Amino acid sequence: MTTRPITRLDHRFKACASAGRAALVTFITAGDPDYDTSLTLLKALPAAGADIIELGVPFTDPMADGPAIQAAGLRALKAGQTLAKTIAMVREFRKTDDTTPLVLMGYYNPVYIYGVDRFLADAKAAGVDGLVVVDLPPEEDNELCLPALKAGLAFIRLATPTTDDKRLPTVLANTAGFVYYVSINGITGSATPDADVVGQAVARIKRHTALPVAVGFGVRTPAQAAAIAAGADGVVVGSALIDALRGTLDGEDRATAGTVGAVTSLVGQLAEAVRGTRREAAE
Amino acid sequence: MNVLNSFRTGPDENGHFGIFGGRFVAETLMPLILDLEKAYEAAKADPAYKAEMDSGLKHYVGRPSPLYYAERFTEHLRKGAPAGKGAKIYFKREELNHTGSHKVNNVLGQILLARRMGKERIIAETGAGQHGVATATLCARYGLKCVVYMGAVDVARQAPNVFRMKMLGAEVVPVKSGSSTLKDAMNEALRDWVTNVHDTFYCIGTVAGPHPYPGMVRDFQSIIGHETRTQMEEQEGRLPDSLIACIGGGSNAMGLFHPFLDDPTVQIFGVEAAGHGIPSGQHAASLTGGRPGVLHGNRTYLLMDDDGQITEAHSISAGLDYPGIGPEHSWLHDTGRATYISATDDEALSAFQLVSKLEGIIPALEPAHALAKVIELAPTLPEDHLMVVNMSGRGDKDIPQVAEILGTSL
Ligand SMILES: Cc1ncc(COP(=O)(O)O)c(C=O)c1O
Repeated sequence: MTTRPITRLDHRFKACASAGRAALVTFITAGDPDYDTSLTLLKALPAAGADIIELGVPFTDPMADGPAIQAAGLRALKAGQTLAKTIAMVREFRKTDDTTPLVLMGYYNPVYIYGVDRFLADAKAAGVDGLVVVDLPPEEDNELCLPALKAGLAFIRLATPTTDDKRLPTVLANTAGFVYYVSINGITGSATPDADVVGQAVARIKRHTALPVAVGFGVRTPAQAAAIAAGADGVVVGSALIDALRGTLDGEDRATAGTVGAVTSLVGQLAEAVRGTRREAAE
Repeated sequence: MNVLNSFRTGPDENGHFGIFGGRFVAETLMPLILDLEKAYEAAKADPAYKAEMDSGLKHYVGRPSPLYYAERFTEHLRKGAPAGKGAKIYFKREELNHTGSHKVNNVLGQILLARRMGKERIIAETGAGQHGVATATLCARYGLKCVVYMGAVDVARQAPNVFRMKMLGAEVVPVKSGSSTLKDAMNEALRDWVTNVHDTFYCIGTVAGPHPYPGMVRDFQSIIGHETRTQMEEQEGRLPDSLIACIGGGSNAMGLFHPFLDDPTVQIFGVEAAGHGIPSGQHAASLTGGRPGVLHGNRTYLLMDDDGQITEAHSISAGLDYPGIGPEHSWLHDTGRATYISATDDEALSAFQLVSKLEGIIPALEPAHALAKVIELAPTLPEDHLMVVNMSGRGDKDIPQVAEILGTSL
């Protein structure tokens, strides 16, 4: 087994665990609705209450995403976002924040075309901590997962309700940073997960690994975030933030004065809910 | 180049044909495609499954489909050829199958498999609507629920097939994301599948998608090539000299080609859709105008920009309007075993009209692309050259679209 790199993710999850609470993981799409607005928003997330940032890499064909994140990706692409610009955004972000963990989340093709080795070197140098690549299951670990671990980046795997006990060890083998539990069978932003069922699933995964488990896909409101936070090490919110952003755009999908504030204010409410919840099974 | 012992052994246990293929899917789907692989391997070894297939192919689909000597088409092309030239052209008549195309061969195999797996809800993507119609048909035959995803653009240009699917009891979902064509329909079908994992079987319509689909669909379609082999032996006493077929995802082509891959005397031509011409950028020729990348569960040649974003394909033919190609074709391309060429919208449209008038067979716009290249190639080949073109479907579905292009109101 490859050794797991230690990144900002490990420090942050440890700090949250010591505080007896879950981490709030916020997802935004890089370059949505344009590079400058997106960078301003990215920089504002930690102060608003985000513990960990997931930055979506836009892709034309996001097969695991619902309409909100699909549309965000297309807005970003239309505004000229590329993987190179997304890495540049991270570099800019790191000029003012060297502690908040940042994970890139997307699909394999843009990385494959950028070139795996070049991508890993550039992402690491820019200050990326980990990668979530939806269409790279353990069966394809040679593609990016193993080279990423070698390059010092965490490769965060998705576990789902269809990942049974027999398969879990395969899924966890080369996972680092945290395990991302997809709380529903479905695409981002669709159904609402049942907190009790999710809590049991998290407990099941934790029997197989010492890694923190964050839960996402379908968490929208502060109340839902609090309910999930009681039984998990992290709560991921994405589509709800994207919806808040979209609600402020003008008729041509351009940012307005309220764009950044709409997202940070929701992040603030989510953070308050998560921070106010004691972790039930905190170690 | 090292010479392989056989071109017919792929894929390997991880679903690779050389560097192509694989299983690039979300974790939610991994257990499902592993189950499917297991179920397919078990079915292949079960004589009862084979008997059910054989019976369905014979009595319901209407196989074997004829191998027909296209005499007037052959003579017509010889008239414009140098002395002694003008290949003898045969049509493999897949358009005579029930539902009007080769698609049904694969659907029968998958639906019988879905039944063995106890799945009661079937989803499919469709471009021209032929795969959707075939799926809706077999779902009606076996009493299964059927949902077909179809790009909104294709819903408009293939109206007769949309109506047919509805008559057959299927739900047709128009997909408006992306370019509103086949690739978007496939994205949407995959999204449905991750949402409805427990009761749903995804019936993919071509030799693409994650392992085991490319190899499995090829196996179901290989009956085309196997029959061609036997029929050509009967009619000419020997193997054909060349095979030619159009390529959307590549299933009718793979089905014809695969049984002949290890016969070095048989030349193989795949015809991609060149749309408005390769230089225009508006085409669907992934091998000619694309490069290797990862989409829809496999690594293969794809149309994309320098950032790895998939670009929109263009073809007059909804069934070829896809920015990718099955991974085994990518491998046959790179190894040089098959040759891939392309035909434009205009070339396909003239072939559509010419073959209708000369042979009394109205081809679908998809095989009209292969016919367009036959018009080009046959006159350069000797008269004793035996060429088989896969007539993958009939043109009834295209009548409204072609009438509109030709300025005829129906
Ligand atoms: C008649 C016909 N031929 C060919 C195709 C292209 O598919 P494939 O390349 O998988 O044979 C289609 C697809 O809709 C079709 O309807």
